[in-house]
This record gives sequence, C-alpha cells and structure tokens, in this order.
Amino acid sequence: MEKVYANAAEALNDVFDGATAMFGGFGLCGIPENCIAALVQKGTKNLICIANNAGVDDFGIGLLLQRKLVRKMISSYVGENAEFERQLLSGELEVELIPQGTLATRCMAAGYGMPAIFTPAGVGTEVAIGKEVRTFNNKEYLLEYAFEADFAFIKAWKGDTEGNLIFKETARNFNPLMAMAGKITIAEVEELVPAGELDPNQVHTPGIYVHRIFKGINYEKRIEQRTVRKLS
Amino acid sequence: MLDKNQIAQRLAKELKDGYYVNLGIGIPTLVANYIPENIKVVLQSENGLLGMGPFPFEGQEDPDLINAGKQTITTVPGSSFFDSAMSFGMIRAGKVDLTILGAMEVSDTGDIANWKIPGKMVKGMGGAMDLVASAKNIIVAMMHTNPKGESKLLPHCVLPLTGIGCVKKIVTDLAVLDITPAGFRLMERAPGVSVEEIIAKTAGRLIVDHEIPEMQL
Repeated sequence: MEKVYANAAEALNDVFDGATAMFGGFGLCGIPENCIAALVQKGTKNLICIANNAGVDDFGIGLLLQRKLVRKMISSYVGENAEFERQLLSGELEVELIPQGTLATRCMAAGYGMPAIFTPAGVGTEVAIGKEVRTFNNKEYLLEYAFEADFAFIKAWKGDTEGNLIFKETARNFNPLMAMAGKITIAEVEELVPAGELDPNQVHTPGIYVHRIFKGINYEKRIEQRTVRKLS
Repeated sequence: MLDKNQIAQRLAKELKDGYYVNLGIGIPTLVANYIPENIKVVLQSENGLLGMGPFPFEGQEDPDLINAGKQTITTVPGSSFFDSAMSFGMIRAGKVDLTILGAMEVSDTGDIANWKIPGKMVKGMGGAMDLVASAKNIIVAMMHTNPKGESKLLPHCVLPLTGIGCVKKIVTDLAVLDITPAGFRLMERAPGVSVEEIIAKTAGRLIVDHEIPEMQL
C-alpha cells in the first residue's frame, strides 16, 4: 500500500471530531508542525490530545487550544501556556496530568503489544488514586495501562517511502514511542527519500509502525528558551 | 546565608568521578558550572540525552537540541541521544547515580512536594515523579524558607506529594541536612549562619547531635 502522501491536508483527510490524537515532541522540539497546521485548517473538534506538553500560546498545540479544538489534554507538563491555564480554570478544557516517564512508557507498551506496565512513579501521591498497586521486591508499583490513539502525529528528520524514520538529536523524544501507539500513524519528515537510501542500521522507527508519510514544509522550529553563553 | 550560585557550588561537592547525574530545573542546573575539573561526570537530560554540554555560543543554537528545561544546549564528546521511554528506563533501572532537584516542601521522612499548588499553579509534574520514585540518591536544592519566611522543612508536606520517603539530603541557603529515620540531621551550616537560626527555621524534627561545621565551598 502506498504510504506517501503529498501533504498534511491529504494525510489527515480522515481525522474525525472527537478523535484521540498523539503528538510527538518535547516542548516545541520535534513537534509535527505541519500536522498541527492541517488540524487548525480542518477545524477538527473535541480532540483528546496526548502530548507531553501543550505548546505555547501561539505555537504548537497552543494553536489548537486557541481555536478551542481540544476537549481533553493528557500531558506531563503544561506550563508556559496562558490560554491553556485559562481554559482549564474556566472548565472548558479537561486535563489529565501524568508523570513523563509513565506517559512515554505507556505509549511504548502499546507499540510492544503489552496491555499495561508497572511503574513506581506516583506511588503515595494523588496520581495513585484508584490504581492497582503491586509490590515487587519490597517496592510498590502502580499499574498503568498502555495508551492507544486513533492517530499519532509524528515529526522525524528523515524518512523513506517505506515509512522508516530517523530522528535528530533531542527532537526524538516521544516521537518513536507515539509512532508505535497510533492506530494510524502519520509522519511528517524534513527529508523524504526513496526506499533504499536510508542506512537500515540507522533507522530508529521501522516502517511497519508508520501508515502515512509526507514531506513537511516551512518548518519554523521555534526555540522556547534560547539560552546562550557569551564568547569569552 | 548562601545565594543560589553558592548552593550550587556546595552541591557540586556531592559529585563523584564517573557519576551519571540528572540536574533539575533552577538551582540544580547551576551545579553544572561547578563540576570539579579533576572528575568526570556525565549529565543526563530526561528528554533524551546523555552527555549534555554547556549552553551554545550565540548564533550556534540548534532548535533540535534542548535540555529538559527547554533551553538550547550542546553535547560533549561521547554523548548519545535516545527516546523518552529509554530515558526514564535508565532512571527507573537505577543507572543514574544522582538526581538533584528543587522542591517547595520536604518532610522529615523524606517526602517531597514540588509540582502543584492547588487552586494556584497547574503546570504538572513533568519527570519529577519518575525521578524521585526511582533514583538511588536524591538531593534537594532549595531555600530553607519560602518568601513569607515559613519553613520548607516540615513534619509533613502540606502540598500534594511528588514522592514519598525518597529524599536523602537537602542543601539550602542555610544548611546541609541528611534525612534519617529520626528526622532531619544537621550536618553543616552556611557561613555566618548559627545553629539557633537553623533550628528556628526548621519546622520538622531536627537532630543536632554534634559540633556543626561551617560549609566549605
């Protein structure tokens, strides 16, 4: 089956209102900019978004929040976004905060075909409320279920026509994990090459996890905290 | 009384040659500026990097290369990138030797609260709950009191917990304290700070059972 799509609008044509959607990225690093822009354009409503962060007011997932397209946000850290905070406090937006490692590993579990994981993160805190606790080697662990999403939106550095992906630096973050957890995984890449051009030794995400791929355009790659040292 | 940089300087003395270290946001980040030259430590950034280097020079910022505080950074020779599941995997598996993080409150049994102020701050725990639940050695870096002058070293945390019974040591602007089964044990005092002042500003159980030396920076 042909995996290559011309652009984000085509790749996302069947995303539906109320869909559960994962977004790769950490902060604004490695986020699927083209997919987010296409969702804004489409105006898909009531999204349940699973993403480590909620972007900033005018970029990343913040753009979806601005248009009030998000019903629920499942994240580990949502600072730096005033509109998010406003919608949350006014009750327009539902939010579930979960530990970052738990979030990552729940995505991974889905891709590895495991229904749940045990993690010590959150034991004894409000995160543990209502969850099964098991003791292994005298330490308590919470049972956390695997995450699956209707769609996973992924940003990679390079990809090929088979859907194989290579990520760059810390833009890898949640991308390979969410790629494994999407019922339909859509990858946007900076560079799209014919099968055979990527070194199979270097592939991070095998194409079996990727259903659609397209070459992204106009990457802004906004930096959230530009921090530099002076030439001394 | 120490300033933030001096707290970081004191914390750097906890580093040992060969350590893999995770530094949290705030004062802990400053520890990287004081790593002794005769030892080698590898900094882990939980978004997916081992071998974090200093901030880039102006004009060399790379948007694909950031730390867990979302700051632009660099790598050192021998660094590696990985996904967030592996990053927390190595933390959970106890491969990271030392975690230094900030806190709003610490209890005298080693509980920590640093992620939420009900009704005021909704930012989330990020990786803090994973780190405190798994790290072998956890040191908290914080001010001894809050801006209102109230102790942050308490009998029980009032704010929602990040983790329980996990903090091993605290370095504040006033003191270095170990956490023992009997409560906070005063180990060092900041230059010019009296034991009486530390007692007055520590709300939890505090043990002073020996001559308390002044910190060496």
